[in-house]
Amino acid sequence: MRFIEPHAHMVSRTTDDYADLATSGCVALCEPAFWAGFDRGSAEGFRDYFRQLTEYEPKRAANYGIKHFTWLCINPKESEDMALAADVLEVIPEFMDCPNVLGIGEIGLNKNSRNEVKVLEMHVDLAASHDQLILVHTPHLEDKHKGTRLILDVLKNDSRIKPERVMIDHVEEHTIGMVLDSGHWGGMTLYPESKCSPARAIDMIERFGSERLWWDAACDWGPSVPLAVPRTACEMRRRGHEEALIEKVIFENPKAFLSQSERFQL
Amino acid sequence: MTMMTRQKVMDQYFMDARHKLIDIAAFLDRVEGAEGDEDFRMTAFRDAIKHLEDGGNDRAKDVLMAFSDPTEDPIAKAPGKGACGAWPGENA
Repeated sequence: MRFIEPHAHMVSRTTDDYADLATSGCVALCEPAFWAGFDRGSAEGFRDYFRQLTEYEPKRAANYGIKHFTWLCINPKESEDMALAADVLEVIPEFMDCPNVLGIGEIGLNKNSRNEVKVLEMHVDLAASHDQLILVHTPHLEDKHKGTRLILDVLKNDSRIKPERVMIDHVEEHTIGMVLDSGHWGGMTLYPESKCSPARAIDMIERFGSERLWWDAACDWGPSVPLAVPRTACEMRRRGHEEALIEKVIFENPKAFLSQSERFQL
Repeated sequence: MTMMTRQKVMDQYFMDARHKLIDIAAFLDRVEGAEGDEDFRMTAFRDAIKHLEDGGNDRAKDVLMAFSDPTEDPIAKAPGKGACGAWPGENA
């Protein structure tokens, strides 16, 4: 089995996790810029983080034969601070030509505030003006449904955005339909407590089909399982699905979306 | 479509669902056996439970919606970073 882990915050994980991912068949992973668990004090903190994502982490992954790609942004959890967001948005273009940068992400909303929407619009403008792919984070729990609708409105309002170049991550049963109907890709995040269980993720593939969908572990410093994708593939096999369909969900689909960036080479 | 017969679904998932249902029952017992008042989360939880008796195949969606913020406009300011799992209402 080979797979692509399209969403993993590896700066929060150990080298053992890289070893386990490689052993399980992971050939590439993508690391979106993320909240550190605390607010960074300035744009300089982000500059250091972007260096980690573009210089250090690819080498760490390469030690295990895994290709490492990344996405850049200020995470929605830090978007309430408009001044900080504006400073970080000025730093991002410095890194856009790095060989492992795929686009802008994970942008989106967290608590669905006005400032978060403004910062999302600024990120979308940055992506559109630099012809970048977009990876979107949808809010947690009670905020997800409303936030997903607001995000889709922002994307629709920018005529430069091609829906097929946007991945909307963390979809669940109440948001997957509107995301696919809007022409975007949808990601299901396999978490042990929130978001999506393996069984529900497979249910959604069975119900909505396998087009424009992927699974990810989104492993970070919280409760999360780096091997969630291959474990869910095993669960899909237990249900009797054919290998070709499993490979489509865990390898071919992420490859198809990510290959819209010429930098995504396996 | 699922590749499984209803019998296979039962064989593969019944024990897991049974385990989770008993955990929910024990949670409700724990809440009712504790001192103090319930909050908006239990109100949403009890509303969500009602959807388990619905027919059709939208139970997961309906349960998720029972916990969701039904308003449409962005809020003035983020009250913090976290989510608690249920919408506290507009005056929270």
